[in-house]
Order: sequence, then structure tokens, then C-alpha cells
Amino acid sequence: MRIAVVLTMVPDLVEELEIDASGKALDTQWLHYVLSETDDHALEQALLLKDRHGAHVSVFALDYGDADQTLFTALAKGADEALKITPLPEGVLGRREAAAIFADVLRAHPADLILTGVQAINDLDGHLAGLLGGLLNLPFVGVTRSVEATGEGGIIVQKEYPGGAAAEISVPLPAVIGVISAPQPPRYVPVARIREAMKTRSIDTVAASGAAAQPVPTILRMYKPQAAGQATMITGAPEHVARELAAILESRGLLR
Amino acid sequence: MSGPSRDVWVYVEHMKGAVAPHTYELLGRGRNLAQTLGGRLVAVLLGHRAVDMARTLGVADLVLRVEHEQLGAFTPDAHARTVAALAARTRPYLMLCGATSAGIDLASLLSALLQIPMVANVRAVQVEDGRVVATSQLCGGKLLCDVEVPAGAVLTVLAGAYPAEAGASTREPPVETAAPPDLLNQIRVRVERLLEPAAGDVDITRMPILVAVGRGIQRKENLPLAEEIAGLLGGAVCASRPVIDQGWLPLSRQVGKSGMTVKPSLYLALGISGAPEHLEGMRNAALIVAVNTDPAAPIFNVAHYGIVADMFEIIPALTARLKMKKAA
Amino acid sequence: MTPVRETFWNIPHWAELAQYLLGFLAVVILAAGISRRVQRWRLGRGESLAGTLLDRVRAVVLYALAQLRIITDYLSGVMHLAVFWGMVVLFLGTVLATVDWDVSRLFWDVQFLRGRVYLFYELLLDVFGALVVVGLAIALWRRYLRPTRRLASETIAAFRWHDAYLLGILLLIVATGFLVEGLRLSANPPPWRPWSPVGSALAEVFRGSSPATLRAAHLSLWAIHALLAFIFIASIPFTKAFHLISSPLNIFFRDFSPLGALRPAVPTGTASLRDFTWKQLLEMDACTWCGRCQDVCPAYAAGQPLNPKRLMMKLDAALLRSGGGHGNPGEGGTLHGSIVSAPELWACTACGACAEACPVFIRQPQIIVDLRRHLVSQGMMDGMLQAALMNLTRYGNSLGQSERARARWTQALGFPVKDARREPVEFLWFTGDYAAYDSRVQEITRAAAGTFRAAGVDFGLLFEGERNAGNDVRRVGEEGLFEMLAERNRQALGQARFRHIVTTDPHTYHALKVDYGLVQATGDGNAPHVLHYSELLDRLVAQGRLPARRRLDLTVTYHDPCYLGRYAGVYEPPRRVLRALGVRLVEMPRNRGGSFCCGAGGGRIWMEDVPSTEERPAEQRVREAAALPGVSVLVVACPKDLVMFRDAVKTTGLEGRLAVRDLAELVAEAVAAEEASHAA
Repeated sequence: MRIAVVLTMVPDLVEELEIDASGKALDTQWLHYVLSETDDHALEQALLLKDRHGAHVSVFALDYGDADQTLFTALAKGADEALKITPLPEGVLGRREAAAIFADVLRAHPADLILTGVQAINDLDGHLAGLLGGLLNLPFVGVTRSVEATGEGGIIVQKEYPGGAAAEISVPLPAVIGVISAPQPPRYVPVARIREAMKTRSIDTVAASGAAAQPVPTILRMYKPQAAGQATMITGAPEHVARELAAILESRGLLR
Repeated sequence: MSGPSRDVWVYVEHMKGAVAPHTYELLGRGRNLAQTLGGRLVAVLLGHRAVDMARTLGVADLVLRVEHEQLGAFTPDAHARTVAALAARTRPYLMLCGATSAGIDLASLLSALLQIPMVANVRAVQVEDGRVVATSQLCGGKLLCDVEVPAGAVLTVLAGAYPAEAGASTREPPVETAAPPDLLNQIRVRVERLLEPAAGDVDITRMPILVAVGRGIQRKENLPLAEEIAGLLGGAVCASRPVIDQGWLPLSRQVGKSGMTVKPSLYLALGISGAPEHLEGMRNAALIVAVNTDPAAPIFNVAHYGIVADMFEIIPALTARLKMKKAA
Repeated sequence: MTPVRETFWNIPHWAELAQYLLGFLAVVILAAGISRRVQRWRLGRGESLAGTLLDRVRAVVLYALAQLRIITDYLSGVMHLAVFWGMVVLFLGTVLATVDWDVSRLFWDVQFLRGRVYLFYELLLDVFGALVVVGLAIALWRRYLRPTRRLASETIAAFRWHDAYLLGILLLIVATGFLVEGLRLSANPPPWRPWSPVGSALAEVFRGSSPATLRAAHLSLWAIHALLAFIFIASIPFTKAFHLISSPLNIFFRDFSPLGALRPAVPTGTASLRDFTWKQLLEMDACTWCGRCQDVCPAYAAGQPLNPKRLMMKLDAALLRSGGGHGNPGEGGTLHGSIVSAPELWACTACGACAEACPVFIRQPQIIVDLRRHLVSQGMMDGMLQAALMNLTRYGNSLGQSERARARWTQALGFPVKDARREPVEFLWFTGDYAAYDSRVQEITRAAAGTFRAAGVDFGLLFEGERNAGNDVRRVGEEGLFEMLAERNRQALGQARFRHIVTTDPHTYHALKVDYGLVQATGDGNAPHVLHYSELLDRLVAQGRLPARRRLDLTVTYHDPCYLGRYAGVYEPPRRVLRALGVRLVEMPRNRGGSFCCGAGGGRIWMEDVPSTEERPAEQRVREAAALPGVSVLVVACPKDLVMFRDAVKTTGLEGRLAVRDLAELVAEAVAAEEASHAA
């Protein structure tokens, strides 16, 4: 089985987010990028399938936001090859545009199973997994928490629903699957192995073809939410707070 | 093919014969939008033996219904390609889906199949100066983005963004049945079975009082502190996703987008920051009291009472006071 | 008649010959057994050891002959010295007798064991023989009658009978030896027999028997005595008796590098016996299961899965099962899961108390870190530790906060702090993660800054250039991450301009000094390159630069941090500072090198809790402090100690009884008090 994992770098929320002068985009000066959390799970799901069935895993990423580090980490974790897509069009890439670029590359590098994280924190104009399914015209299921091979050239996925419920869905290959979580947390790879990968492995580059312009929503403004601050704050020493709170609960008839 | 109509379509999400509550939220909002745009509100109902559900969709001007065995249980391909087939004939001006497990798959697939724009994570949509403006919530709720929505777009709307009451109606809507497209017979994606969540010890959706713990609880060993308070209040302990992911509490205790939605009389949130996914599950509780060391924690935006303090100082003090009151 | 040794009296010639033959056989078996043991050590990797030949000879004299680490436990010391030196003297006595009879008499017809020499010889042997019996009696009482906990608990099946065997056979050998002497003296009493007091006393017991009976009994017991001795000798390589060889050998090959020094890592860490060095395999054989490490281990005291003694025993048992080159499990096969478990290895706090206590100088922490390195290479760790390591990789701190926020604590200071990357400073202050990012500790960091300023110290920070120094990362076993952090820190240090480094955190202190090798003096001989802030405060006090002359009226006790005290030997400076503040200092029962770890080290503060059957180390330690009469304050000098003990005071309900305060806090209070009284 050949698996392609599509990775997206997203803003690292550990840093404060700032809006730039135009008021319509993020200020990139202090912006650090990190691999989207669900993509990490998608990679883990791919590696689990490799562990179990000897699949061949290729990872793809667009060339921005220190993608190299992420790609080398993927190689160190066990991916067989890493491909970086470059150069990219000017400006901030929406999900729609990214999907078009990835779809082009994936058509040239066909795989039996395409995995990607199902929700990224910068999903404004779409979610990558479904967009890929549509653009490549492949069977698609998203928000999965497990992917297993059936041994008959197909897979069975569990699509997650609220409250811990799920639907077990059989999907023929080739297909695009969106991952929300892998059956086990993303594995740890020691720094020594990542550094070794940086020395001994290489990342292939792939040309980005001109993506067809999509009708995209126009950003009118970007801003941080006002702290609505509607809560009435109770302050003071713990004992005082406890007394106040107990009084509130009592007045509402909540204390038996 | 004619240009887009001014209709607003709402995708009706349902599971096991019941319409999902947030569909009514979309219908209520959709009614308002359709009116302003001067078009119809169309509820798109795809299913198998789903005729009963159509009766509850009275807010819509029309229920567009497709019946097929493949549409009984949700798969993105069957439903999206069916909607695509319907939309290809009469391009709606706007399509609304829930930002749910089914909704986001459907909308993304639709966007690519029909080559229509999409806006995700919408928490507000209105018509301004003749154009549709949607506010999308990004970066874990830390960023908001107002976008102009082009005609023919599909939106995924966050649950709880609009009141469900606005989508309720006793009127019976007209139902138009469309023929299922041929492609449905060729789709090989199949729902084999539905997995129920493991039977939990406690149904938190029925508990009047919930003590919720988040990352701030730090260690599994600290859970008994929360359990003690819950016991004194006659409630149960629930948690946000990070605590459940660690395995410290079972899935049945998870509150939030991927967990349960609860509406208790008291929701005591301890060490919960208030990520949007969590707020979705509890924002309608009657009384929300939040304890967090971070004064900027988003939980304080929905809480009625807030305490900026170390929960490990507040819990013992509160426990002591509750015990005193009980003894008195 | 000249006193002379009547060797082989009553012994027929055939018995004499048989004795030599069996003796020879015993020695052959001994040699073969030793050879097998050596072959097993050679399964391990190479290791180069720091230390000169003179150091090593000195170590053997102090710790193998004088047994200085054993006599820290008084009764045990008396017992062991008695048995050891007693047997040494008896053995030398036998050697002398053999030389006297079979060498000097045979070849040169001369016997030196005659006259006064002989009389003294006899007395010495009897006295030391009696000493052995006394020692063995104490040993048996300690092990079986009292019994002593660290000996009685936690043994493993493979070694169960070894202790009894060793004590028993020695007792029988000495007892039969005395009986043989008594029988001889009874049957053939020479006039000088009072020089053998024990023998003579025994002879009285046999007085009534007939000469024939005496001779028969003598011959039998002599044979038994010889046989037992040869069995003992032959059994040395196959029983606990081997520690006679392995323990002194291990002391000779002792590692003279600092207690906390770690060897660089093998790529995937230690998974099988072959991955250990020969020295570590020797350590396994040198262990005598004395249990002193077990007694001081904080993880064991908390009822957690780790017991350093048991760990060494299991490893030694695995080593003994391996055949020196054959495909046995434990040699090529993995130890993980079968011999050692992940929870056991992760429970270690890397406090070093075990290595400090070990009478034969085993370095258990190095063994545990080597095994942990393998767990890390396999990703076998809990989610919290994984998150901490990933935070350290991405952000350079374990708390997952932005690098840019590292110096935010300075914003509330009210005065600017120099940036050592831009201008030269005298003291580069390396704060460490917790002192910089943890809101509970930031107060104290600010207090320290204020104190430095008041004392006119010229200090600066690296701001965002500082990363976690990596001490605990290394002890978790993530060597690659440690190297990456060290590289970044070295770069930042290389670009900054400073004379000395001062650290808040003892872990940082240890990493910079030992792991980074910044120990060298600056050349003028009096200033160490890296200081802990308590050392700096001590200096300031000595120089009169700390205007803290108001006495704080408190009775306190002080907890020696593991990485400041035991690992670095810094005990007095914090105490001098406290005395200068005028507080009454009451020592903890376990203080200085015997200090009991708070449980945060070795990366444990980053991990999920280990199932404990007893109270956690920090809780036990605060109770120890609270039990001291009159003491209201527990003084700490490490941010992790502060956090751990403050939490422990809450969970043990000791709030109001014991306050946990940092040394810097107290100093700042004394300084402020001075300024306040100035203003008044």
C-alpha cells in the first residue's frame, strides 16, 4: 500500500498573535509555525499502517514555515520519503489554493491512500481533506479516529461522532481519509534520530504548478475577540471566595 | 444553466431518525437570511424512509427530499454528490451546514465538486449592504475574521451560534421529492454499522450539577478533590478533551464538540481555559462558575461568575465551607 | 624445648598428600570460576576511567581495607571488619604455615615459626579467630534475629541461600579449626599452650577423653576443616563469596569523575548486557546486596516500583545466567520487559543518594540513565514526559511557553536588567526554567534580583538566548536533546561577555559545571567559574556588601538540594548566609550528603505520578521538618524544592505549621527590613 500524508504548517499559538498594519492578516514578524495537530495524528496513522502492513509512506508539505524540520522529523519517525512543494504563489495561501496545489502534485505521485488532518486552526476557506477528495474525485471520509486495512484492497474507518459514538465505514481504495485522531498518540522520536535524519536523509522538491484561481471569500478584516468579560468576578482570599460562592449557590437553591 | 438564485439552502443533519438540534439553529438563521436576500429557504433532506422528519422543518419554504438506501446513514460521498446533483440544477445563493463531523465533510467535498467558495467555522452570518458577511473563528478562538461571502458559497456554522427556537415551527412545509442520482448506485463507500459509546457509569447530560475539570487539574491523582466537591453538591465530575485524552476519565464524561452537550443548573469549571470546542458543549448551562489562574481565559466570557485563582486553593476552601453547611 | 609448629601432627601421610591434591583442585576450580566471571565482564563495551594509579591504591586502602563507607553503620562496620580482618589473618597464618613447612623447611631446613615468633603467631591466630566468630555472631543476629530491614527485604530467588551459605561455611571453618586445635592441645599439650587461649580453653573440655578418641576426633575434624576450606575456596566464584574479589576490584577501578558525571550515550541506549561497559558488569558482581542504597532511595521510601538494590541483584542474576558468548537471553536479548520494567526505571529521581551510600562505589544512576536511554529511543514514556520533551525541543523550556517570554519576570522589577549579549557584565545570571516561567517562583527570582542590586552586583541575563541547561533532560535519557540544548547555550554563552556565571537552580548549576565542563577556575585561583546564588550571597555577606544586619527572628531548618549538596559539595555557604541573617538553624535529621530528595529530579517533575504505596518523598520530607521542635520555616535553595514542598505542605495539611521559604526570600526580607527601618 502506498500512503501519502499531506502536512500543513499552522501558526503556533504559544506566541501572541498580532494583526498586521492592513488589519486583514496576521503579522508574520513573530509568527512561528508548527505542524497542525491533526496532521501529526494523520502521520501517526500512516506509520501504524506501515508498522502493521509494511506500507510505503510519503509525506508532502508546502515550502513555508520551517517545513524542513517537520519533514525531517517525519522521516526520522519512519516515513520513507519526504517531498517539499516549491515555489509557492505570493501571499498567504488559503486552504482552497493549497488543496489545488496538493491535488496537482498528488496526481503526479499517485497513492492508494491519502491521509491528512481534518481540521487545522487556520481553516478559513475550507477543510483540506474534503477539498482533496473532491478535487481528486476519490472516495472520501473525514473526522476518522482509526483506519484499518481489510486485506482485500480496501479499508475500514471509524468516523467519529459526538459523545464517543462512531460509524464504521468501509471505503475502497484509492481514497482520501481525513484524520482527527490516531488510535494512539503521535509517537516520540528522539532528537538524536531527527538530527541523524537531517544528516543522512534528503528531502525531494517538487514543483508547484500554477493553481487555478478559485473564487475565494474576501477578507474584510481580521481581529482578536473582545474579552466580553461578562462574568462577575469574585475576588479575595480563598475562604472569602468560598463563602461568597456558597452564598450564591444557596440563594439559587442549589445547595441541598 | 441559469445564474444563482437567491435561495438559501440548509442541509438537514439527522441521526437515527431524529433531526440534529443545530439544524434548527441553521433553519432559524436561514429564514432570516432568505428573507433579506429575497429568496426561499430550502431544507435539503437526504435519507432513507425519512419522511417523518420533513414535518418538523416548517420554517423552510420548501423541503427538498431525496430518498435512497445509500442515503440512510451518512457518508460524505453519497450525501455531498447528491446535494451537488441537486444544486447543479438550481444554484442556491448560499448553503448552510453545521460545523459538525458530517457537516464539514459534506461542505468541503461540495466546495471542491461544485467549485464553489466555502467559509468554515462561522459564528455569525448576516447580510450587510446587499452582500453576505460571515465571521469565521480561527486559531482556537483567538482570531476572528470577517469575510465577504461570494454568491453560491457554502458555510459551515458553529453549533450554538444561533438559537434553535427560531427554527421551530408547527407548520407543515411543502415537500418536493427529487429523484436520486444514478451515481448513488455506484458508490462503494458503505456504513457497516454504528458504534455506540461504551456505557458510562453516569449520564452527565442528566446531572443537575456538574463539576468540570480541565488541564488545570494537572494530575490524575487530583481528581478526588473534584469528586469530593461534586459529591457534596450532589453532582458528577466531567471534563474537557485534554483530560479525557489522557485517559483519566472515560469518554462518557467528555463535554464539548466531540463529547456531550450539557445544560445543568450549575457548571463549575475548574482549570478549564474555555477553548471553543469545549464551550460548545456547556455554554447554555443555567449557572456557570469558572476558576482559572489566567484572567484572560476565554471561559470567563461565558461564565456568570469568575474566580481568578489557583484552583488548588479554592477547592479546599469551598469543600470546607460546603461541609460546614451540611453539618449545620 | 623451643616452641615450634607441629604441623601435621597426627595426620597420616596419605591425608597430607590428599590435602595438597584437593587444595590444588580447589585452586583450579577457583581459577576457572574467576576466569568465567572475567569473561562475562568482557561482554561489555570499553570504558576509560578518570583517576591515577595512586588514587586507586588509596581508594583500596581506605574503602576495601579500612572499609570507611561500611563503618558509617557502626554495628555493621564492627562486624565486617572483624570477619574480614579475622579471615585475612587466619588465611595469612595458613600461608605462613605452608611456607614454613613446605618451603623453608624442605629446601633450607629452616623453620621461622619458632620461638617467640611462633608464640606470637599462635596468639594472633587465636585472637583473630575469635574475632571472626564474634563478627559472624553479630552478622547472624543482624540478618536473622533482629532482623535488619535492608538485609531482610527484597531478595531474589537466585540469591536466596547465598548469605546463609557464606556465614555458615565461615562459621563452620573457624569452629572446626578451633576444635581441631583444642583436640590437639588436649591430646598433646605443649607447655606453651596458654599462647593459644581459645584452643586451651577447648582442650579443657576434652580433658576426660582417651588419647585414642582424641586422635580419632582430631583427624576427622581436621579432614572436615580442610574439606570445608577447600569447598569455600572453590565456591568463591559461584557464590556471594566472590565479592571478596569483585568488590575490592570495583573499588580499585572506581570512577573518579564527579558523582553526577554521565558517560556519553550509545545510539539506542542500553538494552542488553552487552550494551553495558565492562566496568558496569563488574559493578553488578561487586554488589553485596547490603541494601544501603535501598535505605536512602526516595522512590523506594515512597513505595514506588524502584529499588536500586533489587535492580542490581536482578542485573547480576541475568549476568550470571549468561554464558560469556553463548546466545543466552540477557546478553544479546533485551533486558527491558523481562528483567527491568519501564515504571521501575522512570521512578528514579537521579538524586545520587544510592551511589553516595554504596560501600563498593557502584554508580546506580549511570546504569539507570543508560537503560532509560533505550526507553527514550523506543518512545516508551508517558504522555506528560513526551509533552515536556517536545516543549523543550521546540521552545527550550519544559513549560511550553514562548522563548520570548523567558525574561518577562523582569518587567515587574522596576529597574532595567542588563543584557549580557549586548554589554559586558560581571555575573551572567542563568535563571533556569522554573525561576523564569513559573509564577510561584518568579516572586523569588525578583527578590533575588532586588538583593543583587542592593548589594551592587553587576549582573545581566541572556534573555531569549537562554535555554534549559539540560541537566534533567540528560538524566531522562534524551541525550540528543541535551546536546542540542547544550549547543544553543554554549553559543549564547560564547557570544555574551561575563566573568562568572550565577545560577538560581542547582540543576542548572550542575549541568554547567559537570555536563558542560565549566568547572575550571578563572586562573586567579580564588573564583569558581560557576556559582549558585547561595554561594554568591555568601560571598557578598563575607565582603560586607549585603546590608542585611537586621536579624530575622525565626527558627528554621534547611533542606540541602541534591544537585547543590550531594553532587556539588556546597553545604556551608547557604548555612553561613542563614547564620548571618540571625536565624536559629536546626539541622534536619537527614542533612548534607544524607539529604532526602524532594522527588522532582530525574525528570520526575515532568512525568505522571508513579503508583506509590507510601507518602511521596516531598510529603515525607516536610513531615521530617515539621517534627523538629520550634521550627516554623523550611528553607530551600532550589525552585523545584520550593514548588514540591509547598504542594506537599498543602496535601499533608501542615499549612500554618510549616512555611516553605527560599533563601533569597529571607535575604530580601532582611535587606528590606533594614531599608524600612532606615526610612522610619
